[in-house]
Amino acid sequence: MTAAIAVDRLEVIFDRFRALKGVSLDVQPGESFGLVGESGSGKSTLLRAIAGLAPVASGSITVNGKKLGARRDKAFYREVQMVFQDPYGSLHPRQTVDRLLQEPLAIHGFADGEKRIQRALDEVGLGNGFRFRYSHQLSGGQRQRVAIARALILEPSILLLDEPTSALDASVQAEVLNLLEEVRRRRKLTFLMVSHDLAIITHMCERLMVMQSGEAVENLAAADLVERRVTKDYTRNLLRASDGFVRA
Amino acid sequence: MSTLLDVEDLRVTFPTRTGLIEAVRGVSFSLGRERLGIVGESGSGKSQTGRAIMGLTPPQARISANKLAFDGIDLLSVSPRERRALRGKRIAMILQDPKYSLDPVMSIGRQIVETLRTHEKVGKAEARDRALAMLEAVQIRDPARVFDLHPHEVSGGMGQRAMIAMMLIAGPEMMIADEPTSALDVTVQLDVLGILDRLVSERGMGLIFISHDLRLVSSFCDRVIVMYAGKVVEQLKASELGRAQHPYTRGLLNCMPKIGADRHPLPVLDRKPEWAA
Repeated sequence: MTAAIAVDRLEVIFDRFRALKGVSLDVQPGESFGLVGESGSGKSTLLRAIAGLAPVASGSITVNGKKLGARRDKAFYREVQMVFQDPYGSLHPRQTVDRLLQEPLAIHGFADGEKRIQRALDEVGLGNGFRFRYSHQLSGGQRQRVAIARALILEPSILLLDEPTSALDASVQAEVLNLLEEVRRRRKLTFLMVSHDLAIITHMCERLMVMQSGEAVENLAAADLVERRVTKDYTRNLLRASDGFVRA
Repeated sequence: MSTLLDVEDLRVTFPTRTGLIEAVRGVSFSLGRERLGIVGESGSGKSQTGRAIMGLTPPQARISANKLAFDGIDLLSVSPRERRALRGKRIAMILQDPKYSLDPVMSIGRQIVETLRTHEKVGKAEARDRALAMLEAVQIRDPARVFDLHPHEVSGGMGQRAMIAMMLIAGPEMMIADEPTSALDVTVQLDVLGILDRLVSERGMGLIFISHDLRLVSSFCDRVIVMYAGKVVEQLKASELGRAQHPYTRGLLNCMPKIGADRHPLPVLDRKPEWAA
């Protein structure tokens, strides 16, 4: 079986700073894979490199068996879509939800836009009432639902999720995580998800990779993490930190 | 236990185009020399409660309370001048993101010295020495170097330590920390909390810790107040969080993913209108 995403010894260099130092990764079709680490570990850069948003210096990225070049073509974005961290920054402030959702359809030349927009909004639990609102009229959770609808409207097979809930309240986070799990099950999507929160990653993903300063620290199954079968000190520290504050 | 702060029926109202919005609707609590957590989601009024105590409510808003007293001083009737003397000297506040709350064009050392010299008559050399000592107290390894750095040259964790140093240098009796670690990485979070914990208990300060993270607050504080829609829905000891009564508190605890708990889908909050009533 060909991997949905295969990354081989990927290097990303910004000016002279090596943000990714030869990272490799395999994600199987239908799998949910997590990337964890603290800020500056390169987890978001890896995601952005796959989406074509970071300067790749060397190494290769293969999606559904096809090796990617320096530029992504339209067909790539029909397969791979991304949801960003900050729902306040990732929606156009002067476009209605309807206009926002039409954009990808127009780019890819879909004729049945009307139907697709309705279906996409229903799928993320927003309904038609939200269609002609602006993003500033929505709450953070509603905005993130619009961002998910925009990603799903092209019916991709792979979703790249960059901290999709870290800007949301805990209760809204639960709703959005449930929504993501549900669309993954229904559409048999492949997820590659970045988070700094180990609990979210073990909840959402089957396998994960821990990263630190641009390198992979270790690869684990979520079950290993639950059983605390970790081999590296860095991962152990992250685990301890996620338990909360302990008075010395 | 002596009471530092007494709040009774605090209300903060904002005039808007569509009428009055009550951000805080009758909050009452008292604080001794302890760690009190205020938890709630965005819009619950937790930050406005902290700001009202500090006297940082925007001028268009109206504050009313039966009682808002710090160490016997009625905060609602004191002159702005007396209020300024309290602020920074006896009551201090740590804000969320050091990237925005530190002055970007002033070196870290000068900002700390400024706080000290606003409230105490000390010479330049002594102020510098005390600022360096304070930077050391917040576990900054090379205080002399950090003293001359500007906020953009340090990491988030370092910036937040500098902020704590700045707030503690005048020796306040009460500290309000509004989401002091939310902008930091999990591992750095614990370091900063450790420093805060040690300094607060060493100096016997009262601490109000405002956060959206119920689990973090319960591991750090002695007592927790849970706010919803501008009201206190539950007050309880942090150690008894597991026995919380209010459905909102329990929902908030439940809806977070936990390592080792296999719950699909996650339970979500079913908000009842009567919670806000």
